[in-house]
Amino acid sequence: MVLAGLGLLFFLLPLAGLIVRAPWDQAIASITAPETATALELSLFCSLAATAVALVLGIPLALVLSRTTGNLRSLLRALTTLPMVLPPVVGGVALLLAFGRRGLVGSLLYQGFGIQIPFTTAAAVMAETFVAMPFLVIAVEAGLRSLDPRYEEAARALGAKGWMVFARVTLPMLRPAIFSGAVLCWARALGEFGATITFAGNFPGRTQTVPVAVYVALESRPDSAIVLSLILLAVSLVILVGMRDRWLGALWLGAL
Amino acid sequence: MSLKAHVKVGRPGFQLDVELEVDEGETVAVIGPNGAGKTTLLRGLAGLVPIEGRVELAGEVLEDSAQKIRVPTERRHIGLVFQDHVLFPHLTVLDNVAFGLEAQGRHDAKQVARRLLENAGLGAKSASMPRQLSGGQAQRVALLRTLATDPKLLLLDEPLSALDVTIRAEVRRDLSRQLASFHGVRLLVTHDPVEAIALADRLVVLEGGRIVQSGTPQEVTARPRSRFVADLAGVNLLRGKSHSDHIKLANGASIAAADAGEGDVFAVIHPRAVALFLARPDGTPRNVWQGETESIDLHGERVRVRVSGPVPLVAEVTSSAVRALHLTAGAPVWIAVKATEVSVYPA
Repeated sequence: MVLAGLGLLFFLLPLAGLIVRAPWDQAIASITAPETATALELSLFCSLAATAVALVLGIPLALVLSRTTGNLRSLLRALTTLPMVLPPVVGGVALLLAFGRRGLVGSLLYQGFGIQIPFTTAAAVMAETFVAMPFLVIAVEAGLRSLDPRYEEAARALGAKGWMVFARVTLPMLRPAIFSGAVLCWARALGEFGATITFAGNFPGRTQTVPVAVYVALESRPDSAIVLSLILLAVSLVILVGMRDRWLGALWLGAL
Repeated sequence: MSLKAHVKVGRPGFQLDVELEVDEGETVAVIGPNGAGKTTLLRGLAGLVPIEGRVELAGEVLEDSAQKIRVPTERRHIGLVFQDHVLFPHLTVLDNVAFGLEAQGRHDAKQVARRLLENAGLGAKSASMPRQLSGGQAQRVALLRTLATDPKLLLLDEPLSALDVTIRAEVRRDLSRQLASFHGVRLLVTHDPVEAIALADRLVVLEGGRIVQSGTPQEVTARPRSRFVADLAGVNLLRGKSHSDHIKLANGASIAAADAGEGDVFAVIHPRAVALFLARPDGTPRNVWQGETESIDLHGERVRVRVSGPVPLVAEVTSSAVRALHLTAGAPVWIAVKATEVSVYPA
């Protein structure tokens, strides 16, 4: 009991600190300050873009995952969930090595088309996608696995071809899983820091998302760091309360 | 238009091997205990599981493993009705019925579906979601959805077993009428003999992945060739070797019978022909054994008594006889069967 209480306290104290030390009188001013607003806007854009990319790439990936078996499945699964356990900084370094100006793919892009990815907004979106997409893939795959295959069989027996089965039966029935996966993915993308600062850097208005801004502001403008932290905390709380058992359930299911 | 199929499916510890011919306008019920391979057979015909063998429907080869022909499910022109209906939960009743028509690319799918629902007396349910339907309604919508695509072969998997017993009889009448108006090949699988006998022109008894018997319901129940059918007909089924006036069972017991012939035979004894006594009976019965009462089942005035002994049997007696004989589970009892009450036919 005592240990449990200590554990709970350990979680709550930092949050309490955040709330107690928040400069409430200046909160509005801090949020509307140009640099804060820019970071918020950029964060919103990047996290939504990352979620969109994750939806486009992650749903097909989940489909493939749910339809493979055996060793191949274990391998694919380990690969897709790797970013969840990988330290985000390492993810950022890896992205640099792949898409940097001298990276595997990056060098081709730079020499061939003059395209340079690192330290751009696109890099921030890529970093967030890299870290957040596994959450979507796992949620959607869990949804696919709990889907009764007979619905698809019934559709096929009624004469529906592959694409129609997917568009009219599989996808609509997956809606709850896709929704919770997307929200989870978005929340993770919104809070992404390590991979972003490594791969995209810290350029206000271009790659300086809220978490990066918090880190930077902590030295120079601690008040605004606290306000930004509170905003992130509020977002997390809203998501947690709004989705309660749903995504947790999906995640536990996916972890099995 | 007819179905000719030879379906073989091998799984570890289970082998399905069934040859089947069903004519147009005929309803065939495949019956058998759970695990006999009924659903696998249906899924094989539907193209949902790969099979060895050949499936030919209305002259078109749907599957031929020797020639590596395999028409996918969606191009087989079949209708499959699942046990628990499997209506799409996210679509309205109307959209469910229109689904197959839309898959065929029909632009009037919705109108046709609406008309079908109205004709079936389900017009008021068009906008409902499947979960708002009763079991009977869901069953009718599922059948309507399937028949809307005008399939050549209708496959029904335990069509009534998901329904409440109280409405089963009504839905069965309904289903029987709908089946009669469908002009393709009709095949249903069920473990419920009542369902099979009520709906089918011909029964095919499947056990352990093989056909053990087939024929009209009357033929099948008159001469059971398996325990499953004997149970559904409510008779005792024994198997042994016949030596003109007696039959030797596998356990060594012997039963006297009239004109039993020679060779492997089935012997059927109706429970009403099995008489029970407290002491060894006098008189003419040539089959007399001593045994023990195993269980007593009441069916109104009639009581079915299961007795052990050299020849385990079920006897049907009146409840007053049970009282007179002091029958309880475990009580000793004498059993007698007249030789003329044993009907024998070749195995």
